[in-house]
Amino acid sequence: MNDIQLPAIDYAALLPMLIVFGAACVGILVEAFAPRGWRFVIQVSLTIGGLVAGLVAIIVNRDLEITTIGGAVTVDGPGLFLQGAIIILGIVSLGLIAERRLERGGPFVAEAAHAANSDGDKRQEREPGATEVFPLTLFAIAGMMLFCVSGDLLTMFVALEVFSLPLYLLCGLARRRRLISQEAALKYFLLGAFASAFFLYGVALLYGYAGTVSLTGIREGVLQSEQSGILLAAGLALLAIGLLFKAAAVPFHVWTPDVYQGAPTPVTALMAACTKAAAFGGLLRVFNVAFETTAWDWQPVLATVAILTMVVGSILAVAQTDIKRLLAYSSVANAGYLLVGVVSLNGAVGSSLFYLIAYGFSVLGAFAMVTLVRDSEGEATHLSRWAGLGKGSPLFSALFTFLMLGFAGIPLTSGFTSKFALFSSAWDSDQSVLVIVGVLSSVVLAFPYLKVVVLLWLNPPGEETPTVSVPSMLTRAVIFAGVAVTFVLGVAPSFLLDIVADAGPFLAK
Amino acid sequence: MKYLSLMVVIPLLGALVTAFVPKHKPKTAKIVALVVSVIVLGFTIAAAFAFEAGGDRLQLSESYPWIPQWGLRFSFAVDGIALVLIGLSAVLVPLVILASWKDADDDGTGGRRNVPTFFALILALEATMIGVFAASDVLLFYIFFEVMLVPMYFLIGSYGGPRRQYAAVKFFLYSLVGGMLMLAAVIGLWVTAKDGLGHATFDWNEIVALAQGGGIPGDLQKWLFLGFFAAFAIKAPFFPFHTWLPDAGGAAPAGAAALLVGVLDKVGTFGILRYCLPMFPEASKYFAPLAIALSLIGVLYGALLAVGQTDLKRLVAYTSISHFGFIGIGIFAFSSQAATGSVLYMVNHGLATGLLFIVVGFLVQRRGSQSIADFGGAGKALPLLSGVFFIAGMASLALPGTSPFVSEFLVLIGTFSVNKTVAILAALGMVLAAAYILWMYQRTMQGRLNPKLAELAPMKKDLSLREKVVVAPLVVLIIALGVYPKPLLDVIEPAVSSTMTDIGVSDPAPTAATGAEK
Repeated sequence: MNDIQLPAIDYAALLPMLIVFGAACVGILVEAFAPRGWRFVIQVSLTIGGLVAGLVAIIVNRDLEITTIGGAVTVDGPGLFLQGAIIILGIVSLGLIAERRLERGGPFVAEAAHAANSDGDKRQEREPGATEVFPLTLFAIAGMMLFCVSGDLLTMFVALEVFSLPLYLLCGLARRRRLISQEAALKYFLLGAFASAFFLYGVALLYGYAGTVSLTGIREGVLQSEQSGILLAAGLALLAIGLLFKAAAVPFHVWTPDVYQGAPTPVTALMAACTKAAAFGGLLRVFNVAFETTAWDWQPVLATVAILTMVVGSILAVAQTDIKRLLAYSSVANAGYLLVGVVSLNGAVGSSLFYLIAYGFSVLGAFAMVTLVRDSEGEATHLSRWAGLGKGSPLFSALFTFLMLGFAGIPLTSGFTSKFALFSSAWDSDQSVLVIVGVLSSVVLAFPYLKVVVLLWLNPPGEETPTVSVPSMLTRAVIFAGVAVTFVLGVAPSFLLDIVADAGPFLAK
Repeated sequence: MKYLSLMVVIPLLGALVTAFVPKHKPKTAKIVALVVSVIVLGFTIAAAFAFEAGGDRLQLSESYPWIPQWGLRFSFAVDGIALVLIGLSAVLVPLVILASWKDADDDGTGGRRNVPTFFALILALEATMIGVFAASDVLLFYIFFEVMLVPMYFLIGSYGGPRRQYAAVKFFLYSLVGGMLMLAAVIGLWVTAKDGLGHATFDWNEIVALAQGGGIPGDLQKWLFLGFFAAFAIKAPFFPFHTWLPDAGGAAPAGAAALLVGVLDKVGTFGILRYCLPMFPEASKYFAPLAIALSLIGVLYGALLAVGQTDLKRLVAYTSISHFGFIGIGIFAFSSQAATGSVLYMVNHGLATGLLFIVVGFLVQRRGSQSIADFGGAGKALPLLSGVFFIAGMASLALPGTSPFVSEFLVLIGTFSVNKTVAILAALGMVLAAAYILWMYQRTMQGRLNPKLAELAPMKKDLSLREKVVVAPLVVLIIALGVYPKPLLDVIEPAVSSTMTDIGVSDPAPTAATGAEK
């Protein structure tokens, strides 16, 4: 029997992920052993400390370009950038997850299964809020980081599960409106499990075709394989379905509005910012590395998906009456714009990365502001309840208006610069049709944003207008970060454009 | 002296200062806004003196880097066309601020209105208006073009009449559709320029030089032209993209409506002259018949609808659609004379319609209604106001002696030399203009006094000193430029002939002397 050769491991390249995974494991131990009263403080410091340490490790690694553990992990410019983006967006969304002032005990409960107002639930109300969410968040973030640097499809699958499972759980832990929260969790879990199955089936077919699961192996295998092309096409299609599901592309988007609406808003924010970054990180890597040489076969199909996503997302956004669902459909439409970047291949990698950061911060800011509009029932997310908020809360409304104008792509916001960057690189890669569909759909998409602005400023207040609660420093910091980045990237995006340009293409060797 | 950038930055800073004036000190906000707008006017006059008529095509150039990766720069420069339009904006804004002195105050129906914000929005609008004319970088132009929507949207939406929400959203969405199509064209142009020039740039000079050298292939030109033209045709607005204007003009507060129709809409026709024609000469010729047809329909259709209006502000808005048709015809006739007339018309129409909107605003404020039927015989109680109203009306129908006459005449004569049918049909618009203006005047000012009017105390107050100060400069300008348009023509003509050269038309421009005689 041959000895199994252990592959060489470059620990430095893995360090950022090891740190975050490590912090997550320590977080579990804290849950088990630390006294309940202390857990919150310990968990928050541990989580933020772990993420910051991970970020530092990424910055130290910034020039690294290496494939390690037998090709399972490929650390390269875009990969590191995505990891950094996910960590930064994760740190920001942690501000919402750790918020304790808006609601006693925070937005999560430890035992979501208690019926409302039962004895167990009342006991739960008196106890400090759930702190399991912190290690869960860390696991999700670490999984996303691994997902973006996976060098083969199996690692990618494992990473996909590592970041998905905590998210399924997090979705179901809402303190308020538990039923739709649990419904959201179940839906997300079942559909996500299907998507994972598709992904895995695709991996199997591709293995059959190329004889390997490594991305670079597939890239070469495609040119040499003597297997039937159907294997490749079917494998690619199934794999893409799994990825597009996470990216919330039409027609695999149906979970998005329900899950975004049902999940506790901090988790929605995390999904909208970080999961989106991870999903597109994976998509970009798979299509740029493994399938670039077969672009002729899949580009028209993916372009169709992109068009559908842009059009359906923006049209359905118009009809929404709930701010979280509205933002969910807007996130679907934005997935369409990002898919334009994927279809444009290497020419648009940099601008897609830019877009992910810009969109991530804006959407975090927007969801942070959604958590503030409350009445006695918790968050008041129905749009009719937002009418006339501008009168009583001008600062809140002005900031939200700014974010909405940003989403609508008005210049001097990151929404404009990111769309310009993405569309111009797409046009440069001969995807002018997608650009035209993109700009037209963004007009449609501007309507719902404008509707919100009209509600805030021009409508008279309703009978019981909810109040805009004053949050702790944490949520304030999130809102500030969201608005400030939206503005700075809209006015002076040069530094970030340089960084994404330096990140270069994906490592395809 | 960095005139142009200062003229953009000063109103912007003024807007910030005004916005932070406490709500309970509305007067401070008004005075700050007025002072700032007068300072800008001062700079504009200085810039006009620094501008050398007959000198370089683009003057007062400034350029600062912004986003080097895209080649985007803060580049400002003006040709004669841009200069006169900036002058128009700088003249109108202080007058509009003065005219709107009490518009944002609590009128008892709109609830608490924020006065400082109103004036801050007007100053912000001024910054973007000057910026859009002064930009000599295509993307910078686009940015001003889009950002301009935001203050106007809030002016209409927060301070307008009963249908303000609908009007504001319609205005925003229409403009955004055009803007986004233009964005697609800007992107296409940028990629083409990058391939053709070897570096990323939005610089107007470089792109025009490339286009003039045939660097933009014919088919692509057509698409890019359509992208730009869609934005400008909606902005101008040309038939059939005009339906937002009566709504917006009807719902906006009078001062904002004066700026909307007087200046903002000129961005459309300015854009055609400055961007479409020089950058896409082949496509411009290809689409000229279409553009002329749309303009001609606009002239007649706008005028016919104006005759049928029962609402004063909507009526003025429809007359403007008719006038924009004239401007469009003048541009696409491709003769220097007609194009010079068009540019002159942009200025004169801004003055005349600005005055008309402002006076209508005075009337509406007194009556509390903008329906024509609610007036009648008002001229007896308000002799001075009705006199100014009459002058504004006459200017709008282009009576000889008022400034719009010169421009309308130049347009018609220039068009006649190229295309007789169009000129003759367009002249029908002048006849209809007499109908809608005179009938409007008759129904509001003459005849038996509407008994309800007699009961209203404000209807007995003729023009106050403030209102006189507002209308006097406009009346003087309208008549002075009607008699002696030479200073404007001197500035406009060289710019127009350069534009005509860009599309390969080189008939002799009308000399200033003949222009003045007419």
